[in-house]
Amino acid sequence: MPEVTPEPTAPPAAPEDVLTAPLVVEFPFTRSLGPVRGAFLTGLRERTVLGIRATDGRVVVPPTEYDPETGEELSTLVEVAPTGTVTTWAWNPTPRRGQPLATPFAWVLVRLDGADTALLHALDAPGPDAVRTGMRVRVRWAADRTGAITDLACFVPDDAPAPETAEPAPHHGAFDDPVTGITVPARLDYTYAPGRAQTRYLRALGDRRTLGERCPVCRKVYVPPRGACPTCGVATAEQVEVGPRGTVTTFCIVNIKARNLDIEVPYVYAHIALDGAGLPLHARIGGIPYDQVRMGLRVEPVWRDGSRYPDHYRPTGEPDADYDSYKELI
Amino acid sequence: MSKEPVAVVGIGQTAHVAARRDVSLAGLVREAARRALDDAALDWRDIDAVVIGKAPDFFEGVMMPELFLADALGAVGKPLLRVHTAGSVGGSTALVAAKLVAARVHRTVLTLAFEKQSESNAMWGLSLPIPFQQPLLAGAGGFFAPHVRAYLRRSKAPDHIGSLVAYKDRRNALKNPYAHLHEVDLTLEKVRSSPMLWDPIRYSETCPSSDGACAMVLTDTAGAARSPHPPAWLHGGAMRSEPTLFAGKDFVSPRAGRDCAADVYRQSGITDPRREIDAVEMYVPFSWYEPMWLENLGFAAEGEGWRLTESGATALDGDLPVNPSGGVLSTNPIGASGMLRFAEAALQVRGRAGEHQIDGARRALGHAYGGGAQFFSMWLVGADRPE
Ligand SMILES: [Zn+2]
Repeated sequence: MPEVTPEPTAPPAAPEDVLTAPLVVEFPFTRSLGPVRGAFLTGLRERTVLGIRATDGRVVVPPTEYDPETGEELSTLVEVAPTGTVTTWAWNPTPRRGQPLATPFAWVLVRLDGADTALLHALDAPGPDAVRTGMRVRVRWAADRTGAITDLACFVPDDAPAPETAEPAPHHGAFDDPVTGITVPARLDYTYAPGRAQTRYLRALGDRRTLGERCPVCRKVYVPPRGACPTCGVATAEQVEVGPRGTVTTFCIVNIKARNLDIEVPYVYAHIALDGAGLPLHARIGGIPYDQVRMGLRVEPVWRDGSRYPDHYRPTGEPDADYDSYKELI
Repeated sequence: MSKEPVAVVGIGQTAHVAARRDVSLAGLVREAARRALDDAALDWRDIDAVVIGKAPDFFEGVMMPELFLADALGAVGKPLLRVHTAGSVGGSTALVAAKLVAARVHRTVLTLAFEKQSESNAMWGLSLPIPFQQPLLAGAGGFFAPHVRAYLRRSKAPDHIGSLVAYKDRRNALKNPYAHLHEVDLTLEKVRSSPMLWDPIRYSETCPSSDGACAMVLTDTAGAARSPHPPAWLHGGAMRSEPTLFAGKDFVSPRAGRDCAADVYRQSGITDPRREIDAVEMYVPFSWYEPMWLENLGFAAEGEGWRLTESGATALDGDLPVNPSGGVLSTNPIGASGMLRFAEAALQVRGRAGEHQIDGARRALGHAYGGGAQFFSMWLVGADRPE
């Protein structure tokens, strides 16, 4: 039997000397709903639960655009009741962020009266002893409804007897001001660990030194190191200090302001091969008019207090490097 | 036992636009799939397996589209696979589907690729704020523009080649009713004077962001015999990968691309691609990639690709038309972009490309790449059944 893990577990502890940091990935995705799901969510806003008649006559709730078995396009919407029967359930003792209820509740599959399939939602109940398969429930509507599944706040126990028959009523699916799209905020919480090699590299940056690692087979020096040579597939261990000077191997002039980036345009974004490195890193060039930057320009880092990486690179005043000396480092 | 010959008998695509707000994701893929079935005069029940592809999950925030598209794609009770190789995925997906037919695992396979880019932000999806790392400093084109400059240095190409490509592809798109951009009033002068976004890349030399889907029906010899329209036959197909970053990586002409093309030509018996291939659809997200890929794919010697473009050879009426559909520069639903290249190659040899048909096209190459020049996939299709 699989082990039950009710709480998110802490990530396995990284060795003490390896850096870790939280990484939150969050974005409000949008969804165009199409005619069927648009009608369903608009219906919820109007306290109307819609299903759809499948090819075999069954009523599917929530409605699907295509028949779950044959794949035929479906269009016959029907209205089902806001009451139904629990077909199965699971108790959720510790609700998490974003779940329908903040207090312990039951996840339930509810077959609404008039439907042939069950809808997944939450049941507000005092405890697991108050929940059973076959119990009658009804919809509790949210006070503020926008045309989203959360308009159906949850289900609650219903004392009224089940109706004798539950024939769903035909529904045109047309509403004033229909909902055509929704926004779905997605969020993932990670703990990010860059690994031992990058940790060594990041620590050295704190002393304003750039440490690469040499592949024992091809002898190339990787900056930043990732712990292995991607060409030879072997671990790297030998640390090599590279730079601080380097050569601009290629570049572009950025004329449009990137989001969330506080750099005045135009500026030069360059590939820079630090002396001794086997491949270039990417950085901004400053201390020279943007239209005078060229391939082969010799540069050095300019550090700012409180910043992990060099703020930018500036010309050293040395003669330009010969193309043949960096053409493999672009 | 030899491989089963693979035929493309159905091709369908949506009319690509900036945002398809009228349909769900399921509705979008359905449209392309239905058109491919109609082209093949087949129905859902004739399909034995479905193979789909899309770009990275963060682009739309749909982590497992294969889980919820089974009904829309008529895949209930059938194998449904998903392929994932970044921007090249449309090509890789078609090749996975083709191998299922070639290996006689399935007789008729529906393959489909899609993207609804309007529902997310690809740039965000590609630049997550990874701790300890320096934020990306240059935006989408900033990744590509330094490689273009490296190509300019290496080939000594004149500055105007990129504009020639963009103008040509956007003109070709006017003949393709499915293309996203239909810039009727575009002139070469307008391309040349469009803003320099990431010098040396101009605004008009960059691809759009599109919503769209593309589908194909692949089948065996018996299936091809029932096809109401001429099939396109698969003569060769290959995929290659290499890391995004490694010491010695050649971003101008990646080795994985060269090796992939060489493998396709070997399978197809092609020894002189420039002479033996009648049309090419290649993945050109920024116009300068046309001359770069012409060299990488063996149509021109190193440093000479721009001469082909400049001479007009790659125009619709040239002797090596490139991107007759208008290409990625005119239509870019990322996950579908690779399959659109493959599909256009097949349309050409089937003689079903409409106004952008190349007269007498017998062999055509479809090319896709993606993920920081990390994945390559290509196929060569012909009007004749391979020996
Ligand atoms: Zn190595």
